[in-house]
Amino acid sequence: MADTAVRTRGRARPPASARKSGGRRAGRLSRNAVHHPWWFALPAVAVFTAFFLVPNLLNFYYPFTDWSSYHPDIAFTGLDTFRTVADDGSLLRAIRTTLLYAVLAALFQNGFGLVLALLLEADSRFNRFFRAVFFLPVLISALATGYVFQALLDQDGAVNGVLGTDIPWLGSTTWTLVLVTVIHGWKWMGLSMLIYLAGLKGIPGELLEAAKCDGAGPWRTFRSVRWPMLAPAVTFNVTTALIGSMNTFDIVQATTGGGPAASTEVFNIYMFRIFGQGLYAQASAMSLVLFLVVVAVAVPLVVGLRRREQLL
Amino acid sequence: MPSAARAVWRLGRPALVLLLAALAVGVPLWLVAVTSAKPQAEAVRPNLDLPRRWQPAGNYEDALGQGEMLRGFLNSLLVVVPSVVLVLVLGAGAAWVFARRESRLVSAAYALCISGLLLPPAVITVVMELRQLGLAGTRPGMIAVYTGMYLSTSIFFMTGFIRAVPPELEEAARMDGAKPLRIFLRIVLPLLRPVIATATIMVTLYAWSDVFYAFFVLGGGERSTLPLNLYKVAGAQLYLNNWHLVFAYVVVMSLPMVAIFLVAQRSIVSGITSGAVK
Repeated sequence: MADTAVRTRGRARPPASARKSGGRRAGRLSRNAVHHPWWFALPAVAVFTAFFLVPNLLNFYYPFTDWSSYHPDIAFTGLDTFRTVADDGSLLRAIRTTLLYAVLAALFQNGFGLVLALLLEADSRFNRFFRAVFFLPVLISALATGYVFQALLDQDGAVNGVLGTDIPWLGSTTWTLVLVTVIHGWKWMGLSMLIYLAGLKGIPGELLEAAKCDGAGPWRTFRSVRWPMLAPAVTFNVTTALIGSMNTFDIVQATTGGGPAASTEVFNIYMFRIFGQGLYAQASAMSLVLFLVVVAVAVPLVVGLRRREQLL
Repeated sequence: MPSAARAVWRLGRPALVLLLAALAVGVPLWLVAVTSAKPQAEAVRPNLDLPRRWQPAGNYEDALGQGEMLRGFLNSLLVVVPSVVLVLVLGAGAAWVFARRESRLVSAAYALCISGLLLPPAVITVVMELRQLGLAGTRPGMIAVYTGMYLSTSIFFMTGFIRAVPPELEEAARMDGAKPLRIFLRIVLPLLRPVIATATIMVTLYAWSDVFYAFFVLGGGERSTLPLNLYKVAGAQLYLNNWHLVFAYVVVMSLPMVAIFLVAQRSIVSGITSGAVK
């Protein structure tokens, strides 16, 4: 009711006096507080705090307890849990596997994405169609992607059938991890492609023309004009790919389930397995280590890439 | 560029694109399509041959029945739709404040809210918290977790977008006496349309495909979503060898996402341009 009254009054008045009343209000509260009140942001902040930040804070406590499905109570036990995971070798192995996975996955995803973006840069109907085609893998769930490649790469699978070979693609303790990161890159290359395309679109045409007038070939133009101008897209793509793939689960679970011989057991696979066994404190400890590893990678990465943007 | 090289590129590029598309996307999709139409005996060893005996209808029917696809579909809708709506509405409100106000507190709150872009969700303690709140294994619990997790994405994209919109548009409405809620609903939200499309696609995609968090929060059983069902169907794969059912499931699960993409496709690129690469 009051709202209607104010609005009617506002509309009836000439604009000049409306502005004056706005100005007077701004004197009491800050202008911002009137025009963009906090309560628009509060629900989001509240939900985010309750269901994202608080669990991450709790994660700094529960790894130091003996929380599991075998105890009715949760008792503080200090570093015992960490000692257990460190002694059985899973801690260091998970860190190594996850980091290696993230670096390779980011490399493949960005490499594929950049090549596709450069191939499909011009805005023709042909290119628009194939952009959608290469985006299809993004739309298929990672779990489904994993099963598709399991069927392709199984020893009884389609690839060996076509090649007439008998290679256990998913059975090597060294190469399977690399193969799974290629699959990860395949699944997400469409998204990287779109972001690189957006970056390429943002390059002013005059710059490219100037390069052409100066006699620069396509390679020279790419190195000296396109690539530096792509810096923000590179920052975004590399960061999201690297950090996102440290959180990987579905593709690995569906192709190898962490095997062979735990050679692809990344953090989330370990957590999934251990949680299923009821060892909650151990799973939580791994979750905390993942958190710390991500922070340790993300902060220098973002700072470094941002600085690189300024330099280029 | 010499004209010969240019001619090679003009013909070679489309040929290369076609070849890449056929090998990288065509082969896997072909495998899914043909296997989902084969009888079990033919599908045991997955290959690229056409089915000798076609039985797509039977396979899809089995996937519907044994895979409890309809219930999974409904369960997925019941958690994904509210999550996406909440992420968009709450995210837009927050992004508006974050983009337009300038103070230490605002930038601190913004930094905090987009920290979810980088930080991994603490999935184990989320389960603990949900148990204490009585939300473990429930749809509201799942919705809360998805909303908390994906808010960062929408806030990040939308804040970037609003910053690029001139504030004069809001000023004009304010002079006409519009209050913040009205300005938000009539001016800001409609302007956000392209970035809302991007955020919708991204968040729907993440939530629709998610099996990891759904496993911890919902577990199996009554409320399990499509990906959880697929995981179960494929888990039984080990002793049943039912690739034909797995792939029928994959097709049905992927189609809604493809449909959403086709509808919203046009605005995705513009949303990404203004949100991420600014």
